[in-house]
Amino acid sequence: MGKIKISWMVFLTGGLLGVLFAFLISLGNPPNMGVCGICFIRDIAGALGLHHMEKLSYIRPEILGFILGAFIIGIFTKEFKVIGGSSPIIRFTISFFVAMGALVFLGCPIRMLGRLAGGDWTALAGLLGFIVGIWIGTLFLKGGFTLGKAQEVSKINGFIIPVIALILFILLLAKPSFLVLTPKGHAPIVIAIIAGLLIGIFAQRARLCFAGGIRDIFLMKDFHLFSGILGFFLFCFMGNLLLGQFKPGVSPGVHTNYIASFLGMLLVGWGSVLIGGCPFRQTILAGYGNTDSGISFLGMVAGVAVAHNFMIAGSAAGVLSNGIIAMIIGIGVFFIIGLSNKVVSS
Amino acid sequence: MANKIDACGLDCPQPVILTKKALEGITDGVIEVIVDNKPASENVSRLAKNSGCGVEFTETQGTYIIKIIKRRKNGEN
Repeated sequence: MGKIKISWMVFLTGGLLGVLFAFLISLGNPPNMGVCGICFIRDIAGALGLHHMEKLSYIRPEILGFILGAFIIGIFTKEFKVIGGSSPIIRFTISFFVAMGALVFLGCPIRMLGRLAGGDWTALAGLLGFIVGIWIGTLFLKGGFTLGKAQEVSKINGFIIPVIALILFILLLAKPSFLVLTPKGHAPIVIAIIAGLLIGIFAQRARLCFAGGIRDIFLMKDFHLFSGILGFFLFCFMGNLLLGQFKPGVSPGVHTNYIASFLGMLLVGWGSVLIGGCPFRQTILAGYGNTDSGISFLGMVAGVAVAHNFMIAGSAAGVLSNGIIAMIIGIGVFFIIGLSNKVVSS
Repeated sequence: MANKIDACGLDCPQPVILTKKALEGITDGVIEVIVDNKPASENVSRLAKNSGCGVEFTETQGTYIIKIIKRRKNGEN
């Protein structure tokens, strides 16, 4: 008990994601945003006109690659199993606030670690919030929190999210005029989609989850999934060093409102534990048949759009009171959901 | 007497939490955990092995049965 046992498969999968995070920045993705589960969903939402920040609008092939990679490997390994029906609207609601929390901080757990691995120590406030949020989430789990059982549903349900991903990719290639696509700040499409597919495939195999990595330490002193966090951080740090991207200090585009960062990532950690995985893991699960995670994915799409339309999201200029109010509402909602779903039975 | 835990359809990490609670509740004996996805079966097996228990594993058509055998450790009453 309490021994730190590294799982190499998870470590290396995290490492692959870490290297690609650094590499994609050098190829054109925004600094300290090589790969981000939430920021990239935000960009996709913008491309579709769900918010109106033109600079933050682009169909990110990486996200589509996560979904399609997980789908392909799921079919190949016969793990593609279509399930659903475990409190979908609660999952939507939680994901909605998780997405807003991530945008108040400016980054999902991947980007949070990537910011740290690029020398941006301001992300420490987010990390602390994330850890505290996960810890609160585990208290609810220990108390018997559950969203209920999922059941097998008809196969067609599981194809919807992968098909949406495929259509979005075709749209990106066709570039119809109704899409909003910022001309700057992205790696070449071919490299981005290959990177996304690779990450999707390996992350499905390794069950990589950034919230799970810390959650399992709290719950059972198990470092299996934490290996992925470690691998990500080390490889991303080394990649940033080698590519000359390691710049200690406040990185461009982020803010120094530490309270907002703490609260934002607290919601991300807490919410991720309640729905069984971080935004990245939800995206992967949505790819191989978990329609509850598909709903979570759509909840995140709604969350990022509202975060920008209501000026909740943070920016280099800081965080408005709208952001803080949204976080406090989120905490209240999580408390109500957490306490009302305590079913102590198996 | 074998304890049975049906953890089918539950989110990660609930199958593991249920198993952990059941394991803590016995000093020796057998617990049978049923799950319906591979990640959950891996997680439950890992917990059992990390707790020093024996694990037997069977899969039939997407249902995984993990039989966990807990034996009283030497010196324990």
